[in-house]
Amino acid sequence: MKPYIRQMPAGWWLKRPSYLLFMLRELSSVFVGGYVVLFLMMIRRLAQGPAEYEAFMAALRSPLAILFHVVALAFALLHTITWFNLTPKAMAVWRGEERLPPAMMIVPNYVGWVVVSGVIAWVVLGG
Amino acid sequence: MANKTIRLEILRYDPEKDSAPHFQSYEAPYHEEWVVLDAINHIKDQIDGTLTYRWSCRMGVCGSCGMMINGTPKLSCSAFLRDYYPNPVRVEPLANFPILRDLVVQLDDFMHKLVSIQPWIVRKDGEKPVQEGEYLQTPAQHAKYKDFSMCINCMLCYAACPAYGLEPEFLGPAAIALAQRYNLDSRDEGRDSRQEVVSAHDGIWKCTFVGECSVVCPKHVDPAGAIQQAKLASTIDWYKSLLWPWGSK
Amino acid sequence: MQIHEYDVVIVGGGGAGLRAAIQLGEAYPKLRVAVVSKVYPMRSHTVAAEGGAAAVIKSNDSLDHHAYDTVSGSDWLGDQDVIEAFVNEAPAEMIRMDHWGCPWSREPDGHVAVRPFGGMTIERTWFAADKSGFHMLHTLFQTALKFQATVWHNEWFATKLLVDAGRCQGITAIELLTGQLHTVLAKAVILCTGGAGRLYPFTTNGAIKTADGMALAYRAGVALKDMEFVQYHPTGLPGSGILITEGARGEGGILTNKDGYRYLQDYGLGPADPWPRLRAMELGPRDRLSQAFMQEDAKGKTIPGPFGTVVHLDLRHLGEAKINKKLPFVRELSKNYAGIDPVYEPIPVRPVLHYCMGGIDTDIHGATTVPGLFAAGECACVSLNGANRLGSNSLTELLVFGRRVADAAAQFALEHPKLAKDKLGAQANDEQERIAAQFIRKSGGPSGKTERVATLRTEMNLIMEEATGIYRDGPTLEASLPKIAALKERYRNIALDDRTLSFNTELISAIELGFMLEVAEAGLHSAFRRQESRGSHQRTDFPKRDDQNFLRHSMAYRTGDAPRMDYKDVVITRWPPKERVYGK
Repeated sequence: MKPYIRQMPAGWWLKRPSYLLFMLRELSSVFVGGYVVLFLMMIRRLAQGPAEYEAFMAALRSPLAILFHVVALAFALLHTITWFNLTPKAMAVWRGEERLPPAMMIVPNYVGWVVVSGVIAWVVLGG
Repeated sequence: MANKTIRLEILRYDPEKDSAPHFQSYEAPYHEEWVVLDAINHIKDQIDGTLTYRWSCRMGVCGSCGMMINGTPKLSCSAFLRDYYPNPVRVEPLANFPILRDLVVQLDDFMHKLVSIQPWIVRKDGEKPVQEGEYLQTPAQHAKYKDFSMCINCMLCYAACPAYGLEPEFLGPAAIALAQRYNLDSRDEGRDSRQEVVSAHDGIWKCTFVGECSVVCPKHVDPAGAIQQAKLASTIDWYKSLLWPWGSK
Repeated sequence: MQIHEYDVVIVGGGGAGLRAAIQLGEAYPKLRVAVVSKVYPMRSHTVAAEGGAAAVIKSNDSLDHHAYDTVSGSDWLGDQDVIEAFVNEAPAEMIRMDHWGCPWSREPDGHVAVRPFGGMTIERTWFAADKSGFHMLHTLFQTALKFQATVWHNEWFATKLLVDAGRCQGITAIELLTGQLHTVLAKAVILCTGGAGRLYPFTTNGAIKTADGMALAYRAGVALKDMEFVQYHPTGLPGSGILITEGARGEGGILTNKDGYRYLQDYGLGPADPWPRLRAMELGPRDRLSQAFMQEDAKGKTIPGPFGTVVHLDLRHLGEAKINKKLPFVRELSKNYAGIDPVYEPIPVRPVLHYCMGGIDTDIHGATTVPGLFAAGECACVSLNGANRLGSNSLTELLVFGRRVADAAAQFALEHPKLAKDKLGAQANDEQERIAAQFIRKSGGPSGKTERVATLRTEMNLIMEEATGIYRDGPTLEASLPKIAALKERYRNIALDDRTLSFNTELISAIELGFMLEVAEAGLHSAFRRQESRGSHQRTDFPKRDDQNFLRHSMAYRTGDAPRMDYKDVVITRWPPKERVYGK
């Protein structure tokens, strides 16, 4: 007489859309990390002088590099949006007997994102 | 008048005879108002008395009848046949638990974890004398832990949690939500004594916030929220102990 | 066979059993205590109670008021010494529940809130939204877990009391997981096994309410008291029988017939306004409300529906905010199981079997006539509730008598340390053989006839509904007696599909059916013999209350045949019998 233990299938994350979304969300960190590495490499090339910097920028125009950037951007957006939408879960802010609606914590994140992006764009594009 | 029927494909396992579980099909009557549990009861009563499962209240409050219904953890007393008809319904025991027999799973692991988080009011100086009356607790104070107190221990959240499925040492959604329920209760003073278990490696930190536990919870407890809140609180505690090591706990 | 030895064994892990376990853990830490429950304790049916638990707490209330309400609610069949002790100890028990973490609903200043409830002159029903039983059960279970020494035998099913030299010294229990029978010896045994709602076809009760402890005590020679008194809760959902709490009426809900008319005013519960008003109209006692439904039904004024006739429980005037705050579970249940949202539509309801006032005869401490055997909670009849129970008294009853019975059992265990182990062991072996022979090895009765558990259970249900409905009469009752005897005979032909040892729930349901058939017989005989109308026992052939002959408890004793009936006087202390008046 023995209990039967079912093993989790290797493809468990394909069984439900929410599991798949979770895995993609986790995977997005890899691309975000990858982009940060590229960014650090760019800074280093910049420090090494105009020739190295130009060579690096030329490499970034290759189809593979562009593909990477497109994919990384998609994952970065996924990462950011899921992160913003999940923040209210970790923070319970109460006003009397009612909890602050999640939107009140999510919306400032988006506003901040737009504002900071706007400022950076203005600086970078020589405003 | 044709009597409508619906097919149920139920996972069977007899530990004395079977080496592995196998599906068995039954035709049960279909009624508009029936839930899956009604069909299963009919099968046991009239067709096959060997079919084994747990149930009691049939109103979604005792937590006995959790099962996988078409791959989703549900209370079989709250899953209506009309949502599946005319397609067959696949019924299996709750995922991530060892099967004892048919639809009955082993709950020992959760019972140990429940005790480990000290699910009772802890008072540093012992219980207040009865003559002094009740502890005062405003509706706002009550609201803080109210949702977490709604857990019926049905274990659907454990069945939905891949972290628990992959690593069963994980304390798990319901146990952590219950720990939070007491931690946030204004009458309790036991947060520190629960920390060791809750903030352990197998505690909140094994949660990767898949969030499916809160999706399947029939009582809207939001265990995922409880766990993330506990992570934030634990992190803040850690920083506090770093910056103010002399502070009283 | 495995033999276990304890000082006290509690059978049943619901509200009463858990309260007893806590008391033993707190006040008698040296005693070895075990709880034997056929389900994990958090599945016990206490969990389904909704409305609340009564205790005097507010300054406008008094113990005498609570006592009088209970006495008159019981139609003077409740023992008044029991009632006085109950109302006296109730407030302390409820405060203890708060100390243990029960999330009582509160007033703005933080004090516990109370709501009006049926038959109570003054608001005194403490509540945890509309899931009071759920919160109380979980609070009690989790608090009981504090006591590390308590042994929990979960999913062990008690089959028999072990009695030697007239003293109860333990039980035998099937461990569901393995199918093995265990001998559990104890110096004192407390039965907290709940009521018998599953005797009836249409009930608020869950699967596990199968009269187990009542039958165990009955078979050990203890009388079953007042078994004819069963409560029909006025507001159950049609079809499922799922409970819609009295709290809905406490918050102001009204009952209307097919003309939209609040019909209760025609049955001595009016006038209709002002509303809400305590002890009047929809806040009258449960027996009167259920009886009013039957009479409206007879007049053709109820509303036809797919599962029988109904009346409407109308909460619309309470508004969404109040319903979400005070009655969220009612809203959820109505939407899920009746397909309506009470914020916008009235809820269809009809009377449904809910509670057993009767049960194991005990004294005021929970002791039975068999030394070493105790009982508390719905399985016991102490008698607090007499002929009709007031809503919100039974949850409190679990606490007050759960504690009392623990003290009584502990005392007994300390004073009676010896156990007749050899004799008890032999009895246990006989029991093991009996179960194997009667159920596991057998393929049917002596003449080869076979019966299914469900078939007999359904027939029993129909007999009980027909003979002991809200209104009863002599001829129907008399006709039921040979019918139930015939069912007991057919029970000997039970043939199980399931012969496995491990987790054999068909075996368990067969043994439960055996329990129910005996308890049903006791109830039918008690009802037949009581030739008066009192509380929830209404005889169309004896429509009046007869204090001269029947201000007594019915006592049914098991024989080889029909039960032997006897009577015991009701204890009257301060409230001599009067007419029972509501409304005004």
